[in-house]
Amino acid sequence: MINRILAWLTDGAHWQGDDGILRRLAEHLGYSLTALLIAALIAIPLGLYIGHTGRGRFLVVNLVGAARAIPSLGLLFLAVLWLGPKFSGDIAFLAPAGLVLVVLAIPPILSGAYAGVEGVEPDARDAAKGMGMRGPQVLRHVEIPCALPLIMSGIRSATLQVIATATIAAVVGLGGLGRFLIDGLAVRDTPQTASGAVLVAVLALIVDLLLALVQRSIVSRGLTGRYRTV
Amino acid sequence: MTWFWGHLGDVLDLAVQHIYLAGVPLILGLLIALPLGWLARRYRGLYPLLIMGTGLLYTIPSLALFILLPLLLGTHVLDPTNVVIAMTIYTVALLVRTVADGLGSVPDDVNQSATAMGYKRGRRFISIELPLAVPVISAGLRVAAVSNVSIVSVAALIGVAQLGSLFTDGFNRNFLEPIIVGVIACVLLALLFDVAILGVTRLATPWQRAGKAAS
Repeated sequence: MINRILAWLTDGAHWQGDDGILRRLAEHLGYSLTALLIAALIAIPLGLYIGHTGRGRFLVVNLVGAARAIPSLGLLFLAVLWLGPKFSGDIAFLAPAGLVLVVLAIPPILSGAYAGVEGVEPDARDAAKGMGMRGPQVLRHVEIPCALPLIMSGIRSATLQVIATATIAAVVGLGGLGRFLIDGLAVRDTPQTASGAVLVAVLALIVDLLLALVQRSIVSRGLTGRYRTV
Repeated sequence: MTWFWGHLGDVLDLAVQHIYLAGVPLILGLLIALPLGWLARRYRGLYPLLIMGTGLLYTIPSLALFILLPLLLGTHVLDPTNVVIAMTIYTVALLVRTVADGLGSVPDDVNQSATAMGYKRGRRFISIELPLAVPVISAGLRVAAVSNVSIVSVAALIGVAQLGSLFTDGFNRNFLEPIIVGVIACVLLALLFDVAILGVTRLATPWQRAGKAAS
């Protein structure tokens, strides 16, 4: 079986064209990045605000817990059947599926941003105030840098969630690498299905690794303990 | 609602299957994560290795794992065992870190007192460290339980029957009711797991309420 997967993956014809691997990979990354960007634009400011002011804590904790319990596959089908008929053409499944990706990405990012700011040492916050910083300055120069590890881990789990759900979304007609899995399952083409699965797994691994590197470079060395005085 | 009442029996059968597919991996995963978490605490050099290794497993999207496992294990694609193993992998990935951190949350004084009282390492682990780590481990277990219930439904795409089958069934027939019933049933199941874990935790940590009872 491994030979057949390798044969499928190394066949140049499978990489080219409108339904080739490169095109599907670009689609997959395109959907995921767009959804994550929109989710981050909503969730990060909201999480920072809640963490900074302490207002609406109850909402975040419960929202995040409840969101985890909602099955993404069910949500996807509901959105497409419900909202799909309101649009025409490709938008009929693109818009609902995209909406689901955004909705699924918001809770992890929100809870990371909120928990990161909430968990900042009260001493650090007090020291900043003692130095004469105002609320927004404390947030920018102390709370956000200290919260970065948790903000990043929220973004990383949202990213994994979105890449996985974008794969599943092929079942409602979305492009992306999920097409190989869903189409392969439909026609019982095992080499194609398995190759698609390998591609998706590798994509998730590489993206997570890249985000880990980003995290490493933007988080202050004073926080990670990788700081040397000598 | 007519569809639901007509198919109550089917929904319950699927729910039982769902409980099995999400619940068994929770127990298996905990049993595997306990020694791994202990190793990560005992040999500090292993900690980053174990956390990273299990973290990598967690990055694999569920549908990909469901498809690849039968090829690696030689099992049949429709065999529910694949789903049990996949969910066990995810559970272990989530719990190793929790177990290691939970054991780390046991105060040093307590460990030293236990050693001074003559507890050998093995017995100290079973009767001191593990019980005191229960609150942290239980928090991780709740997260794993809820995410298991949600991920298992994806297995409907490869034809393994559980509540997720209601989603594919409803979608193929352009019929909302089974999907809504399925989503509600999944959320209720997640809640059920959560309450069960909280209940067991309460029974396992009588010391947490000792102070309150006296006052």
